[in-house]
Amino acid sequence: MSDSFDQISQQLKRRHRKSARLKWLSMGALGLAGLFLLWFFTDMLIKGLPAFQQAYVETEISYSEEAAKDARQAIDSDLIPIVSRTEIRSIPLLLRNEPDRIGSRETRWLLANSEVDQYLKGHRSKLSDKEIATVERLVASGQVEQKFNSTFFTQGDSKRAESAGILSAVVGTIMTMIVTLAIAFPIGVMTAIYLEEFAPDNRFTQLIEININNLAAIPSILFGLLGLAIFINFFGVPRSSPLVGGMTLALMTLPVIIISTRTALRSVPESIRHAAFGLGCSRWQVVKDHVLPLAMPGIMTGSIIGLAQAMGETAPLIIVGMVAFIPDVGASFTNAATVMPAQIFTWASEPEKAFVEKTAGGILVLLTILISLNASAVVLRKKFERRW
Amino acid sequence: MNSMNTQATVQTPGQSAERVEQQTPAVGQPYTRNNEASHELSIRVRDLNLWYGKSQALSNISIDLFQKNVTALIGPSGCGKSTFLRCLNRMNDLIPSVSITGLVEMDGRDVNAAKMDEVALRRRVGMVFQKPNPFPKSIYENIAYAPRMHDMVSRKADQDELVEKALRDSGLWNEVKDKLQEPGTSLSGGQQQRLCIARAIAVQPDVILMDEPTSALDPISTATIEDLMDKLKEQFTIVTVTHNMQQAARVADYTAFFHLGEVIEYNDTKVMFSTPAQKKTEDYISGRYG
Repeated sequence: MSDSFDQISQQLKRRHRKSARLKWLSMGALGLAGLFLLWFFTDMLIKGLPAFQQAYVETEISYSEEAAKDARQAIDSDLIPIVSRTEIRSIPLLLRNEPDRIGSRETRWLLANSEVDQYLKGHRSKLSDKEIATVERLVASGQVEQKFNSTFFTQGDSKRAESAGILSAVVGTIMTMIVTLAIAFPIGVMTAIYLEEFAPDNRFTQLIEININNLAAIPSILFGLLGLAIFINFFGVPRSSPLVGGMTLALMTLPVIIISTRTALRSVPESIRHAAFGLGCSRWQVVKDHVLPLAMPGIMTGSIIGLAQAMGETAPLIIVGMVAFIPDVGASFTNAATVMPAQIFTWASEPEKAFVEKTAGGILVLLTILISLNASAVVLRKKFERRW
Repeated sequence: MNSMNTQATVQTPGQSAERVEQQTPAVGQPYTRNNEASHELSIRVRDLNLWYGKSQALSNISIDLFQKNVTALIGPSGCGKSTFLRCLNRMNDLIPSVSITGLVEMDGRDVNAAKMDEVALRRRVGMVFQKPNPFPKSIYENIAYAPRMHDMVSRKADQDELVEKALRDSGLWNEVKDKLQEPGTSLSGGQQQRLCIARAIAVQPDVILMDEPTSALDPISTATIEDLMDKLKEQFTIVTVTHNMQQAARVADYTAFFHLGEVIEYNDTKVMFSTPAQKKTEDYISGRYG
């Protein structure tokens, strides 16, 4: 006689309990990961968002003869410790370039000192009691205000926190990525096409394959050493330049592009190749006209992800000298430049409190760019996804 | 060429001078069809052997295929009929472990010779596959691609004309003439297969190989394709692999029965299905195995 439903249910209870336990465990792990992510983002936002606000002081500047020699004569002596020294120092330069201004007066919003900024944001500051009194007075009369920090997006690095910006790093990153993409994309895609569509399957190609897969797992700092040894020391590429940084990162991105391209090529159904061969296409025509167009979305996705990975890379760039104090926005591929993660690294090691929010602000900019890159990869994949 | 025909192992159902007078063909011997006009040789196969790695898939195949006829290759699964078909346009080249001996001759040339360019061969020997595999491009582009690639057309008007002709010949024109720019993959299965046929005939080959062209289709689409094959044999030599014996009986002028990599019998379809010469053929046709 077979068991009744009740008996079977009795036996099943234990099995059901087991699967329920597993379900709760995995959901717990997921929740924990989500919580950490949320924590990280909230922390970044809380620390970083203030970096986009900066204190400005409405100041009356008198462009006198004395001011051309000693800038401190141009503004009220009470304001000297409050206004950023960057602004004060720029006055004699301005007068030298535009001598007509001498003798005139002007009221402008100037960048406040980072200590004032930190004080207004409620952080600890090194202002004396007298200076605090001045700041309070100015705030009351509306002469000190928090405004959108355009300096952060339009200037390069600076030793003074209030005038430090991320632009030179953004431009450096863009130039480096152009070099990386220009080298890694064609070489990577062509290598993958050769291995996938042309190469015979023998010991030699298998060896190449294994090595490419291993290359993807090599610590990135080793690529930096390779870049230093080969590109800088042997070929004499200028150090700290986007050129050498881009070449080094290209080495790192290559395996990612090769592997993703091969996967994309392999996902093109064999029937399409047969159809093309059957019509009398040569191997190259099969690849160029049929396989490659179908694999393109996958190749693009892989390349964007590889690029995003390279964009967040710091270690190999330290070795080739791209972690440097770069106040000027880069002009060419061979000038010294820095990249965003390296800039964040530099700011993070500054002792001044005001640089903490710069660091977080830089991370926010980097994250925004990376997330939009990855999102565009997802969109590309969704848009061109084809089912057979 | 005729000297080969005298070999006992050569199976040819075509006209050969010595046999015409005989009237009553011997069992398994070359056979004459009196009422058919065309018996010109298209592809001559002699002592063809093929190995996948170490296992032999075809042994000593020697048959003649005739122009402007439908030849059906039948036989149980794994008997080598598709493998044989792919020898005719060297699609087996794509499989690295394959090795071939013997002669496949077309137009007096050995297709396996080093000098033979497989691209040139495939332009003259087109292929239609088991599963419809249109390119994921527009219907127009599916057909126009190959002629353009082979420099058969230079002007846009010629190309349009060629596309229309190929679609008319494949009986698809009236169904798709208003949506030539829609993707080929949006058509129904049967239409896709006819699109693949249109694509194959657009390069004006001599021979069209069909590898079970209807096995993925419904009965109505199958009937349409069979009618189409009947029409196309006026222009092309058709070699088709089929699992379906009724189909072979319906469409083929000649039928070759493959078993375990050998041609057991090759004859006029009517004769083959009414009075098979070999016991194995009879057993297969009557459904005792397969």
